[in-house]
Amino acid sequence: MYDVAIIGAGVVGGMITRELSRYNLRIVLLEKENDVAMGATKANSAIVHAGFDAKEGSLKAKLNVRGSEMMELVANELGVKYKRNGSLVIGFGDDDRETIKVLYERGIKNGVRDLAILDQEELRRLEPNIGKNATCALHAPTGAIICPYELTVASIGNAMDNGAELKLNFPVTAIERNNGAYEITSVNKTITAKYIVNAAGVYSDAIARMVGDDSFTVHPRRGEYILLDKECGNLVSHTIFRTPSKMGKGILVSPTVDGNLLTGPTSVDIEDKSDRSTTAGGFAHVIKETAENVEGVPFGKTITSFCGLRAVGSTGDFIITSPLRGFVNAAGIESPGLSAAPAIAEYIVDILRESGLALHENKDFNPIRRPMHHFIEASIEEKNEIIAKDRTYGKIVCRCETVTEGEILEAIRTNPKPRDLDGVKRRTRAQMGRCQGGFCSPRIVELLARELGIAYEDVTKFGGKSRLNYGRTKGDK
Amino acid sequence: MTDLVIIGGGPAGMSAAIAAYESGIRDILILERDSRLGGILGQCIHNGFGLHRFGEELTGPEYAWRYEEKVRAMNIPFKLGTMVLDINENKVITATNEDDGIFQIEAKAIILAMGCRERSKGALNIAGTRPAGIYSAGTAQKFVNIEGYMPGKNVVILGSGDIGLIMARRMTLEGAKVHAVCELMPYSGGLARNIEQCLNDFGIPLKLSHTVVEIHGKERLEGVTIAKVDENRRPIAETREYIPCDTLLLSVGLIPENELSKSAGVALDRVTSGAIVDQDRQTNIEGVYACGNVLHVHDLVDYVSEEAEIAGKSAAAYIKGEKCDAVSVDIKTDGRIRYTVPQKITQDKDISVYFRVSDVFRNVTVAVYKNGEKVFSKKRPKVAPGEMESIKLSKNIFAGASELEFRLEQN
Repeated sequence: MYDVAIIGAGVVGGMITRELSRYNLRIVLLEKENDVAMGATKANSAIVHAGFDAKEGSLKAKLNVRGSEMMELVANELGVKYKRNGSLVIGFGDDDRETIKVLYERGIKNGVRDLAILDQEELRRLEPNIGKNATCALHAPTGAIICPYELTVASIGNAMDNGAELKLNFPVTAIERNNGAYEITSVNKTITAKYIVNAAGVYSDAIARMVGDDSFTVHPRRGEYILLDKECGNLVSHTIFRTPSKMGKGILVSPTVDGNLLTGPTSVDIEDKSDRSTTAGGFAHVIKETAENVEGVPFGKTITSFCGLRAVGSTGDFIITSPLRGFVNAAGIESPGLSAAPAIAEYIVDILRESGLALHENKDFNPIRRPMHHFIEASIEEKNEIIAKDRTYGKIVCRCETVTEGEILEAIRTNPKPRDLDGVKRRTRAQMGRCQGGFCSPRIVELLARELGIAYEDVTKFGGKSRLNYGRTKGDK
Repeated sequence: MTDLVIIGGGPAGMSAAIAAYESGIRDILILERDSRLGGILGQCIHNGFGLHRFGEELTGPEYAWRYEEKVRAMNIPFKLGTMVLDINENKVITATNEDDGIFQIEAKAIILAMGCRERSKGALNIAGTRPAGIYSAGTAQKFVNIEGYMPGKNVVILGSGDIGLIMARRMTLEGAKVHAVCELMPYSGGLARNIEQCLNDFGIPLKLSHTVVEIHGKERLEGVTIAKVDENRRPIAETREYIPCDTLLLSVGLIPENELSKSAGVALDRVTSGAIVDQDRQTNIEGVYACGNVLHVHDLVDYVSEEAEIAGKSAAAYIKGEKCDAVSVDIKTDGRIRYTVPQKITQDKDISVYFRVSDVFRNVTVAVYKNGEKVFSKKRPKVAPGEMESIKLSKNIFAGASELEFRLEQN
């Protein structure tokens, strides 16, 4: 019997699991996919928002500002790249200037530090490549960027190193309350837990219904992005938002912590919670609006495009509720969910404590995780010491991102262990560069097969039926 | 200090090394990132290599071995599994491998011979899902020919570059069904002989002016929607057609891998994406040369070897301090001729100029103008973007000129 089961290994589930691993508890994190960070966490704007967007008094506002303040420490402990690059909300005329003033006032009320309204000249000085029709901006120096799946992998890995369990390929199909505990069933397995945290993203309404809670719904909202070559990563230094309008927040342009340039997202409500397809219209929209925001974004340098689904709740705010004893929803966590995630975790743990979960501090809890990028950031002398001990760190597998075999093997052997090609990609950046795995993916398949002790043709791209090969060629049979 | 460091041990690097050796240079080092010499030829197990050089139809590995044999016989040193991480303006090379760790070498001369990479699916912004089963043609070629695994059974190929055409045949021979090769342009970017031998001989349809507009399938690819494109390369909605398939191979262009060249400060040509070079294949940095597919994408490896020999000999002359009289001639093109290599002439000697055209043209004359006067012409019945052209110019043609213009004229 587990003390707590967390359903959904996204950034929210991951941060909650880590927060709970500070205590002497039996914890299990349940995930339906073959890896962690596979839902909304995998594909979003990768922004730590300053906190001026959400209405004052809302959970979104409170947890965003708190989460944003916590994020730097959390990132440092977990060895996750974090950069406080500041954000700019740019305006194109008088209407936008009025909205920017409203955002400024709201930000002050929400407790956001150091906000300032800039005129065109000040804006241009900060960002020389800004769209020539932009006339003013709200500057939020506390805005930051982070890689959402890196943060999630690290928080879950840290929680596992501190004793939490992770069950992948565990889609929850039923929950029964029995003798004061919950029986949680997947396809043909059942586990029991005293407490449940529902962090199932776009599926969190379906999970809540399993215990009879139909007080909310969650629907998917498509967001399409285009990611550009590192060559373009210096085009802007801040995260550039447009002034929000009735049409939504619009297309942002931002450097990423890994040095690429990210543009997007579109914003379209859809029905199918598993439909992560991109559209020709979406690309056209991203490209058109980006051109207005920033001059000279070279879309010929596109590395890849992708689509994420925001989990939009029916209440307009985060849905953090406890509809029955021992069951807590962390639902409807759309933007600013990534920014708020550390604060959501704290908040949920408080709710669990209040509902009777005994929290005794785990004396052995270690908040520190070795950064996945410790090798790449080492000096040449340090690298040579590492290579002298383990020669695989001298061998480059991914040429575009210069990732060594040692780093790939280290990732495959580190919690939460990747089981597929995309899992290695998200942990090491191998296959994430200009050639998109053209050269290195056959070698990574080989390393994965060897390390996992499975056949070469059984290695998948991302679990399930996403197989890469159909067995031997004629001559090799 | 090493006399000559060659980055890349493929056909260009080996040929350059041999030429430098034959010109009297002994202190040579080849750095190769793969675990063997030969570059991409190792996975090109089809024949057709070496017709011009050796008058024989060799396979890729056989062609590479002709050069590797010589490199070994000459005892030219090479390091395998060695990736160059950086080249700086002072010709200091930083590289890494399992035995030496990260190390630095200072070179008198450097030859860049890193080859090219395939344009990826990501760069195309095709709408739809991102399932398994989408590979660049070269990656699929590695799975089949090196690893011995079949990446799929029902295949559509986007792009009619040579690797795509070769893989259409290869997948068919291995028992897969290739449903179509779609080419965005109204002509193929591949060699005429490959269209004949790899598609027509196997009844594989080549759909010109067609592209893939949508990808279907959540886990493994389930199908693609293709469509005809208009003269502005925009898909025509009424022509959309769904083809069920489990594999999409992409052969949509090759990009010279010049990240290292950029770190060294080498100036690049916007058309070729390779270095701007003179007749010796010397870049804007003295003592730094480029040859092979890192300089511009070639159609035949025979021409890679030929070009690399020029670079190898020239680097040797540079190391020994030999020079001809200096001249300064820029080569311009009319757009119908997309580019030339070299782009400039700096020494007074006979030269070869390679070039590609921008479209399919019939009954044309390649004309060279000096100060508005035609000084050279060569008739060609047909030229196409997929096939490289070359002419030889004797030094008296550009005597006294500061510019030559290459034009393609209709007969």
